[in-house]
Amino acid sequence: MPKGKREPISDRRKFIFNMARGVGVAALGGFVWSAYINEAKAQKLLLRPPGAIKEEDFLKTCIKCGLCVEACPYDTLVLAKPGVHKPLGTPYFIPRDIPCYMCTDIPCVPVCPSGALDLQSVVTDKKLDINKADMGVAVIDEESCIAFWGIQCDACYRACPLLGKAITIDYQKNERTGKHAFLRPVVHSDPCTGCGLCEHACVTQKAAIQIFPRELVQGKAGNHYIKGWDKEDDKRVKDAKAIKTTTEISKNSAIDSLNDSGDLY
Amino acid sequence: MSLSRREFLKSSAAASAAAAMGMAVPAELEAKASEAEHGWRWDKAACRFCGTGCGIMMATKGGKIVAVKGDPAAPVNRGLNCIKGYFNAKIMYGADRLTQPLLRINNQGEFDKKGHFAPISWERAFDEMEFNIRKALKHGGPESVGVFASGQYTIMEGYAAQKMMKAGFRSNAIDPNARHCMASAVVGFYQTFGIDEPSGCYDDIELTDTVISWGSNMAEMHPILWSRVTDRKLSNPDRVKVISIQTYTHRTSDLADTEIIFTPNTDLAMWNYVAREIVMRDEKEKTIDWNFIKKHIVFAAGPVNIGYGMRRAGEKSLTPVYDSGAAGKYSVKEMEIINKEMSTVVSETEAPALKPYGYKKGDTMKHTSGTLGHWEISFAEYKKSLEPYTLDYVAKICKGDPDESIESFKAKLQELANLYIEKDRKVVSFWTMGMNQHTRGTWDNTLAYNVHFLLNKQARPGSGAFSLTGQPSACGTAREVGTFTHRLPADLMVKVPEHRQIAEKKWMIPDGTLNGVGVQHIMKIHRDIEDGLIKFAWVNVCNPYQDSASASHWIKAAREMDNFIVTSDGYPGISAKVSDLILPTAMIYEKWGAYGNAERRTQHWRQQVLPVGDSMSDTWQWIELSKRFTVDDLWGGYAPSGPRQTPLADVRKAAYAMGYTGSTTMYEILFANKIAKSYKLDQEDPIQKGYDNSEGYGDSRNVIGSDGKVFKGYGFFVHKYLFEEYAAFGRGHGHDLAPFDMYHKVRGLKWPVVNGKETPWRFNVNFDPYAAKAAQGTDDEFAFYGKIAKALQQGDLTHVTDTKKKPLPNKAKIFARPYMDPPEKPDAEFDTWLSTGRVLEHWHSGTMTMRVPELYRAVPEALCYMHPEDAKKKGLKQGGLAWVESRRGRVKARVETRGRNRPPRGLVFVPWFDERVFINKVCLDATCPMSKQTDYKKCAVRIYSA
Repeated sequence: MPKGKREPISDRRKFIFNMARGVGVAALGGFVWSAYINEAKAQKLLLRPPGAIKEEDFLKTCIKCGLCVEACPYDTLVLAKPGVHKPLGTPYFIPRDIPCYMCTDIPCVPVCPSGALDLQSVVTDKKLDINKADMGVAVIDEESCIAFWGIQCDACYRACPLLGKAITIDYQKNERTGKHAFLRPVVHSDPCTGCGLCEHACVTQKAAIQIFPRELVQGKAGNHYIKGWDKEDDKRVKDAKAIKTTTEISKNSAIDSLNDSGDLY
Repeated sequence: MSLSRREFLKSSAAASAAAAMGMAVPAELEAKASEAEHGWRWDKAACRFCGTGCGIMMATKGGKIVAVKGDPAAPVNRGLNCIKGYFNAKIMYGADRLTQPLLRINNQGEFDKKGHFAPISWERAFDEMEFNIRKALKHGGPESVGVFASGQYTIMEGYAAQKMMKAGFRSNAIDPNARHCMASAVVGFYQTFGIDEPSGCYDDIELTDTVISWGSNMAEMHPILWSRVTDRKLSNPDRVKVISIQTYTHRTSDLADTEIIFTPNTDLAMWNYVAREIVMRDEKEKTIDWNFIKKHIVFAAGPVNIGYGMRRAGEKSLTPVYDSGAAGKYSVKEMEIINKEMSTVVSETEAPALKPYGYKKGDTMKHTSGTLGHWEISFAEYKKSLEPYTLDYVAKICKGDPDESIESFKAKLQELANLYIEKDRKVVSFWTMGMNQHTRGTWDNTLAYNVHFLLNKQARPGSGAFSLTGQPSACGTAREVGTFTHRLPADLMVKVPEHRQIAEKKWMIPDGTLNGVGVQHIMKIHRDIEDGLIKFAWVNVCNPYQDSASASHWIKAAREMDNFIVTSDGYPGISAKVSDLILPTAMIYEKWGAYGNAERRTQHWRQQVLPVGDSMSDTWQWIELSKRFTVDDLWGGYAPSGPRQTPLADVRKAAYAMGYTGSTTMYEILFANKIAKSYKLDQEDPIQKGYDNSEGYGDSRNVIGSDGKVFKGYGFFVHKYLFEEYAAFGRGHGHDLAPFDMYHKVRGLKWPVVNGKETPWRFNVNFDPYAAKAAQGTDDEFAFYGKIAKALQQGDLTHVTDTKKKPLPNKAKIFARPYMDPPEKPDAEFDTWLSTGRVLEHWHSGTMTMRVPELYRAVPEALCYMHPEDAKKKGLKQGGLAWVESRRGRVKARVETRGRNRPPRGLVFVPWFDERVFINKVCLDATCPMSKQTDYKKCAVRIYSA
């Protein structure tokens, strides 16, 4: 980041901060209020500060006080302004502009008065642990990622604070040249905190690695099957229980089905 | 029909790939590809950046470079690039590109050292340069005119610069930034082989079983070569071993089977440990190839008390010495280290290693200034020098990570030795700055060859010690052209009278014109400016005021003393900022040029576009300057000056006898002579057809030149002339280059090019025609035919015992060289090692890459990488600012305890690309006393919260 980012609070943020506070109080006027309503239900795509609770609860809990934004030493966090089509006054960040630098003392979380940022979610053994943050997860577009073309890039890998864990390198022979290797970045969603340092560092015109809220991009395998080759995998399905299944063909009772011969004969 | 971006990529990529594989491109696809590229002109070039030497293709449209691709036909990279190469198209178009000459002036428009920069004409710029050069010559003769040269010069501009300096001004005070980069490798080559540059080539990567990286972060610094190493590892993961030997964990360790973290400077001991294992196990295991050794090797030794390449007592800026301990312009703190140049006390660490040389712990070692001298010794003496390097001693002094157990470290050392020794295992040792930027860098380089020679694993396909270069033409220009203070083209030396005569003859200048004292290396140029000897200095294609250690001294000398500093550059870097005059300079693809990479591959390109603004090339600038000076101006006699203790002869009469007159200009003699003019500009010539040649023709910008008139060109093909004249030095002498035109038809050739064929492995009779010739009539497999220092006196480890010189035809040398401490080590006050270096995203001082938005965004700031425990102990926060302070100065940097570089406790790494984190103010300008290359890899600092 450029120098001079450590001033206690920049004028720009002061402005946003004061403005947002104003909004909090004066969310009375019809026009602003309606904007608030519209924007409040808008987004699944927003990246929240470390420790943010589930988006639905977050919107109910965040009091738009701006203290987290004020505490952020990098100007990473901003408060949603009217017109940006985001829930007004709530904190978020755009990693391509300024990523989360994953401060080890996590100044933004303890200041939250409402519990919208949950301190316990970023604590391990009674110590602050930014590596537990879950702001989102990095996703690579393999078609625009130049490392997948064979270019020796991996700028995202080297920018990753959890290099070797959240992003690793997959080595593959480049059969096209016959003597080079692909060094492709691979994101591991578990350790990835969604800080966005990778997205920020990406050298393509539009980042080929981007952060999205985990809910949005992650699938979920069922919990009826355990990877036989992975000793740890049974932890994933510890809540497994038998489920009665219904499909189009099994929706009727067995007797009804048996008695309904249709045009069978 | 329009092609979508995706289709475009697909069709171009397929066409490129097909070309790479030598396949015929299907007609339909070919048509599509050319349609996609409609209106673009594609031509080949070399990448601007590192010593790897990747080939690229450039697309120009409307007089601008619009796109770039890896050249599928280039053997080095086969169509790939790293991310710096990926952005070659953007490096010339930064918003703050310099477009006109700028001079510091006062309100009256006169030059004023304290004035602000304002635009002036080229004519005024050359007036000021001429005036100040004349002033400098009057002040202290040729030694007062200096040039900071470059390993990033094109071959032609480097040749033009050194010709004008050495033949015109008769000054050897020209030295490239390559001095900081591979001077230790060069002296290592000269001492070991008697001739410069590697025996192997990059094909070694595909042929070897073992890659051992010593003090090199190839993964970031030579990414394309690293992807070849990776491919080799993938092709046979069990057989192929990769060992990464470093002072801190970095990305090269990712692929490594074993990582060895050692204490800075102790690589000397590790090399000797491996050699000792080979020698001590020979009786039982027959480790040494005695047949090879007896035929091809002699053993040698030299003095060890050679100082550390710092300033010496009595130098002008070190006087007077004050009671406080301060001296001249140097503080008490600085003198604590500089005094070690004169004497040191043998430490407990180095005492065992120095025992065979007659020293014990606590002895005072009086140092003389570095010498290249050495003499032949017996194998028994060499063996004696290795005795101290037992596993216990070496592990004790080398283990660099305090958190690693000694047993684990010992096991790694044994593994290392075993890999080298294993019969039938091919081994390549790669190194870069870790071994070169070292106060015993020359020794370190020679120690690498020792191990390979003892095992007969040198100059063979897949085996050899291989010095990688940092810069794109450190080999091609700095070394082969000889833009060093002590060199002339093709391994000729300024101090050898016969060599000077060869150059004088080729250059058509009188006998005795060339100055035989060439000792003003790049740090000496800085020091000579500070001492007031050099009054005029010109910066070419480098950034010496950012890249030199102890930087505050040199900046102060430039800004506050009576001198005139000129910088030619494309962008306003630190050197431009401290200059008096700035010349806007054509960048790489704005001129015809050629580079030579680390595997001796010479690659040419054509001028792709016109320079931005009124920029003109370095070649043009040198040639225009040459018009300002005549025979009578420069070739009279000079009294002794600076390092030269004898007068320089008046050669004017001899010049008249050659047909020159007193007013014949250097332009007419050195650049626009009869032979030069025989190289015709010709738009029918397929090489030249359709391409600009700003020096030859002038160009559509109609730049007002050095005489106040529109520059209309020299009227001949100056680049071809300069290249061919230079190439003539090496042809027939083991440095053979192909004809100029040939390089425009191929993707580079590895010299020596004999009968149109390149040479992959030198000194090996199966591959090198020079070796075959030298070994004629024998059944020898090798001939180390280098000519330098090939007759030695005889002696033991400490003395010459027989002064009669014995010739050593076709032999190489194994040197006895001990471990010694560096001059500055962490102590109670400055408790941490500092190492500097590069990052993949940025090139050198960042003048180009910090102007590419994507690269700037990727790595906008130099960070101080340190161990989290150290940060905690010092009360520093991840991401917080800290002062990094040495005896010489301090800078503020942000603390990084995570990510790409992971130092052990007790060491920090700060890269130097960021002019706002000016780490060279902190670094120490100690050098290898033999090679004069600065050790940027170690000094002592303390770190505290800012």
